[in-house]
Order: sequence, then C-alpha cells, then structure tokens
Amino acid sequence: MWMKAVRTAVLAAVMGLVAGGALAQAPKPGGTLNLIVQPEPPTVMLGINKLGPVSFVGGKIYEGLITLGLDLKPLPSLAKSWEISPDGLTYTFHLQEGVTWHDGKPFTADDVVFSFTEFLPKVFARTKAAMDRTSSITAPDAKTVVFQLKQPFPALMMVFDVTGGTIVPKHIYAGTDYQKNPANQTPIGTGPFKFKEWRKGAFIQLVKNENYWQKGKPHLDALYFHIVPDANGRSIAFETGKVDVLRGGDVENFEVRRLGELPNVAITDKGWEFYDPIAFLNVNNRNKPIDDVRFRRALMHAIDKNFVVNTIFAGFGKPVDGPFTTVTPFNDPAVLTRYPYDPKKARALLDEMGLKPDASGVRAELRLMPLPYGETWQRYAEYVRERLVDIGIKVKMEAVDVPGWVQRLTTGDFDISFNFVYLLGDPAMGITQTYVSTNQLNRGTAANVDGYNNPEVDKLLGQADTSADPAERKRLYAEVQKILSNDVPVIWTHQMGFPTLYRTKVKNLITTGLGLNETFADVWIDRK
Amino acid sequence: MTEIATRLVRNAVGVAGLVFLLLLVVLALAAPLLYPGDPWRMVGSPQLPPLSPGFPLGTDALGRDVAAGVVHGARISLLIGLVSSLCAVVIGTCLGAVAGYFGRWIDDLIMRFTEFFQTIPSFMLAIVLVAIFSPSIGSIVFAIAIVSWPPVARLVRAEFLSLRSRDFVKAAVVGGQSPLRIIFRQILPNAFSPIIVTGSLMVASAILLESALSFLGLGDREFVTWGFMIGAGRTMIRQAWWLSAFPGIAIFLTVLALNMFGQGLNDALNPRLARKGRA
Repeated sequence: MWMKAVRTAVLAAVMGLVAGGALAQAPKPGGTLNLIVQPEPPTVMLGINKLGPVSFVGGKIYEGLITLGLDLKPLPSLAKSWEISPDGLTYTFHLQEGVTWHDGKPFTADDVVFSFTEFLPKVFARTKAAMDRTSSITAPDAKTVVFQLKQPFPALMMVFDVTGGTIVPKHIYAGTDYQKNPANQTPIGTGPFKFKEWRKGAFIQLVKNENYWQKGKPHLDALYFHIVPDANGRSIAFETGKVDVLRGGDVENFEVRRLGELPNVAITDKGWEFYDPIAFLNVNNRNKPIDDVRFRRALMHAIDKNFVVNTIFAGFGKPVDGPFTTVTPFNDPAVLTRYPYDPKKARALLDEMGLKPDASGVRAELRLMPLPYGETWQRYAEYVRERLVDIGIKVKMEAVDVPGWVQRLTTGDFDISFNFVYLLGDPAMGITQTYVSTNQLNRGTAANVDGYNNPEVDKLLGQADTSADPAERKRLYAEVQKILSNDVPVIWTHQMGFPTLYRTKVKNLITTGLGLNETFADVWIDRK
Repeated sequence: MTEIATRLVRNAVGVAGLVFLLLLVVLALAAPLLYPGDPWRMVGSPQLPPLSPGFPLGTDALGRDVAAGVVHGARISLLIGLVSSLCAVVIGTCLGAVAGYFGRWIDDLIMRFTEFFQTIPSFMLAIVLVAIFSPSIGSIVFAIAIVSWPPVARLVRAEFLSLRSRDFVKAAVVGGQSPLRIIFRQILPNAFSPIIVTGSLMVASAILLESALSFLGLGDREFVTWGFMIGAGRTMIRQAWWLSAFPGIAIFLTVLALNMFGQGLNDALNPRLARKGRA
C-alpha cells in the first residue's frame, strides 16, 4: 500500500514534469516564416526536378511515403506503417487515412503505384535504378502498396523520401507529358503547404493547407521563399530580420560564423544526415601520371585536410581518410590506410615513381578545375594548387562555369577537379555509384568519373548492396573501404558541414535527417 | 621636342602623374626582389589585419601576403594595360589611316566595320572573347585590344581627312611619293600627338577592363591581379576590408595617374588648345 502510494506520487511528479515541459513547448499557431531559396529554382514541381532548391521548396508541397530520422531510421509520412519480409524481398506499406490532394481529390494507393511504376522512373535515374530491382509494385487495396523485389536490396528504403520518392497525383499526370504538363505551374501535392504565388526574381509563397491530414498542423500560416541572388544581400536579409533562416550554402561559411554571433541566433549542422555530403578531388585515373597509385597517394599526403576544414571551410566539417563519413552506415575507420599531411612523404613517393624535378623544380604538369560554387571553393582550389606546387606538380587552373564544369567532369576532360557528392543514407546509394567501374562517364557528376576500375571492388559492392544480412554487409563494406583507401581512386578531404543559421524563435526547424527539405508541418514561431 | 618636354615639366598635374607612374614601374620591376617567389604562396597566418609584423597590408583568407599581391599585381596590370593599348593603337591607326587617306568606298567599308565593333557593348564583347579563348594573358590582351581600337581608328581617320587636303600632302602626291610613304612619312607624324594622348588614356581604361574581367573570375589564374584580389576579397569585406581595399586603392591611383599624365601630355602637345581650355 505504502509502496503503491510512493509509486503513484513519483509517477504523478514525473507526469507533471513531462506535462509542464510539454506545456512550455506547446506550439503557438500562426505566423509567417521567411526563408531564402538560392538559387531560384527552375520549377517547384519536385516530381520532375530533384535539384537542391526544388527539394527545399517542393518538400513542403509534396510528401514521400516515409521520411528519415536523424539516425536514418525510417519515420512515417504518407505511409503510417510498413513491413519488410524476413527474406528482404517484400515491402508492404500501409497508407495514412483521410489524405486528400490540394485539389480535394482523395489520395490512394493508385497514386503511389503510378508514382513508382510510371512517373518517377521516367524522370529520375536514382529512383529508376532502385525500381529496376522490383519485380512488381501493386496495390492490393486502396490503402496498401506492396513492392516485390527480385533480390534483397536493403537500401530500398532510402528512395522513399520526398525527393527520391515524390508521390504525385495520378489524376493529373497519368497519360500526359510529365515535363510539359501545365499543372507543373500550379503544383498539387498532399503536403502541409499549398502553392500560392511565384513572383519570379522576388519570392515564392506557400500557404497553409487547411485540410492537411495531420490534424492541427501545420502551425504556420504561410512560407515565403525570398530570392536574393547576391551573397552579401542574403547576409543582410538575415541580419536585418527580413528572413529568419539561412540554409547551408546561402552565405559563405566565414559569414556563417559572423552571423551566428548575432543575438538570438543559433547555428546547427544537423539536418544533412541523409544527404551525407563528402568532398573530394576527382583525379582522372585514365591519365598519366595519375594512373600510378603512388601519385594519388602523394596527393593525399600533400593536402592538409585540417587546414581545409578549419581555415577554408571555417571549421564546418571533419577530415576523412576514406570514402565513408562518420554518419554513413557501415563506416569502419579501423580498416583505412591513413594519409597524414606530410609533403616530404609525398615528394618521396614521387621520387620513387621516377618523377624527378626538372631544373625549375617541376615534376609533372596537370590541369585543375575548381568547383564554380562560390568563393570558398575558389580559395580551396588556390590552396590545393599551392600545395601541389610545393611538391613539384605544376598546376594550370582552368576556370569554368557550372555547365562547363559538369560537361568536362562527366566527359572525363579533366586531370583534377573539385567535387562533392551525397552518400544518401546507404553505401548502396552513394558509394556504389562513385566507385563501380560500370558507372563512369555521361552519368552525372556523382559517378565514377575518375575511371577507377577494380573488379574486386565491383564484386564486393554487388554482393554488399544485395545482401539482406547486416553483419554480412558490414564485413563486405569494410573490405571495400580497405581496398578503396589503399587504391585512392579519388583524393578525399572532408565530410562537409552545411550549417543552418536560424533565429531561436523558430522552433522544431530541423527534426529529421532531411533537415530543411522536411515538410515544416511541425515548425512554429514563438511570439511573445 | 625639348619645348614639349619643358611644357610637360611645367605642368604640375602631368608631372605628378608621371612621377607616380615611374614609381609604379620601378615597384613592378622590383617585385621579384621585394617579394621573391610566387605571390600565391601562403606565408603567414590567415586574416592578419594591416600593420601586422611582417605584413604591412595584412594577409588574406589563406595567409597570403596582400602587399606581395599588390606589388606583383602591378606587373600584370601595367603589362596588360601597355601591351593591349599598343595593339589597339596599332590596329586603330592602320585602319584609320587607310580609311582617311583613301576615302571613298574603302573609307565606307572600314568605317562600317568600325561601327560594327562600336555598336557591341565593349565589356560584353571582351567577356565573350575571353570566355571563348579561355582566360590567359594572351587572350585578355587580345580581347582588350579588339574592343579598344575603334575610337583610335575614328580619331586617326579624322586627322587624316583634314591633313589629306593640306598643301604639303598635295606636294608629296605631285612629287610622286607612294601612298604608303605619304601615310607614314608625311601625314602620320603630324597626327601623332592626339594618338599618343588617346593611347595614354587608353592604358587606364585597359587596366580597368582587365581588372573588371579578373573581378568576374575571367582573369589569368596563373597570376595575381588587382581585379582578382578585389573580386576574391569582395565577399569577405565585412570580415577583412583590407583584402579588397588595397588593390582598389592601387587601381584608383594608377588610373588617376594615367589620366593626369595623359592630360599633361595633351596640354604639352597642344599648347594652344590647352590655353583655350583654361581661358
């Protein structure tokens, strides 16, 4: 009796604390959130275009079956629950009740089947590659969708987020030319915000979806995505309070540090766990002397990754020695060959190759293509050039614009190029496409543009990507990391930090691994 | 000649410009002695403010010496300014002389050709040319020369048109001199003074043009130039004003000095015009 009383009292106290905490954090409805979208997207119809700014805006209008937590665990979105059969071949999704499109039509399993069998494979290579692994996608009833696979593919869950698996309305798109459908101008989704107005060069306005399937959400009345083409202008917009959030990349990293010191402003590098960006130098393994692994190892030793992270990227990010980052699943740093900053060792490796310096100290001459994504990348290129000159490699810097960079990188017309890619929550997504020998040129910038060719790696990746056993996958991917870090197909420098700046009055801004591409159904503004 | 020199020396503004330019040339020539090695090298801690020990103008985001960049940048700016202006003057003079001397359809043809270049915004054309031929010292000089010659051609043509009808030219024609000889030995020497003045002012605009190209990232990435330094420092102006301020001051002073010198030269070469101008 006494025990029970104590227990009740403790329980009551705990509940009181919990309730009190919850009350203090109860979302306040209403308000408008001002953001920046940079650069201005070509469209906000996320189905047909998967660029960063399109995902950012379109992620509020459209939804995927699931979203991914900060730990990359799948969380419900349009699917309220799912089962994966023990053999890893059958994925069954149960859809939410009472979901309607922004035009009032009901959302059903037919929309999901249409999206994955017809729409997405036609417009997005990543989703097509995943759907090619299915033998059937069916809807046994209006609220259930079943994906049947030919062989296990545990990374499948990573294509069901809002970008890889945008669910589009069948009643609008079936039988039309998706890219040219006039409805793309007035996108219809299931998300918490509806498209209202797009004043080109000024802003995109979304408003609250009153009939959103999560009752009581979204908390905000409207979202404005302002378009400010100049980096200094974006800084000022944040400083003056015109906008309350800056995405990673909106302003240069060194500006983030300064703006982060303003009162009531916070910085976070959360919200990129799914994208998991890693920066490296693409080196063309087809060209001499890069084809010699000793040369590539010399490059690894020639660059001070700590300087790159701390000085050039203003302390955002972490140096890496191999193809995985600390957030990539199956990351195993123990197997990696280490390449500490050591110009002497780099020179020794070049000497060993027989690349002796000539009268003016030059051992080899290479072309270097900076990434045309702003000043930070230009400084980075200048730094690398200076480091390479230091070990006797003369570098010709070739300034290119973005289309030029894409064109030359994807056709193999380069010696060294800067790049960063997303690893997308599973090695089978981001790692395989970067190192497998069958995915080389004319397949986008996140491919094996370097021409790295190792049948052993191809075989291991093929096995690991299609194994249903996590322990087996861990072992295989560890072997892959060991070989890759020994072969140095690219010069890895760091896992990138994309800091988000926001005013602390904006609550629940980043809650999942999709970060700012999330729906914002839970975001609210604390107004005194 | 001595008379011209005397008049130039008496012109305080022109002398000031000349003195500054001479100093700049000396500085540019002495750059490898003052700051040996590549100015791209990282020599200090990043972001040192001006007047830091060893770095009078501070260092940039990677720890490169701003003073070394400004001094080495002077070489490139002066080199590009002089060579491209010289090219433009040669092209413009040749075309203008031929048009002005022969007149009729040759004149029409060359002037329409000149107008073709004049109707295209020169900076846009320069950007396009540099982008097509990929940025290098050579392509930048070429682009600046191509967009700068039309005013020279028009000027020389006008001079030739007026000089063409003078008695000494007629005498030379009657005397049986070849057109080429008349152009170069009779008329051109008499048209020299406006050409020189235009040319000296053109150096200033060439330096500005090169700086603007470098600012946009279309400079030769092998060399540090003032425009590049401003362009690179621009985004950091809130953190490190000195990165763009010092090369900016260098461009400002150089262009000012060139204009002052050009004006002084003009006054010295055309004393009557100068006096009229002042009256």
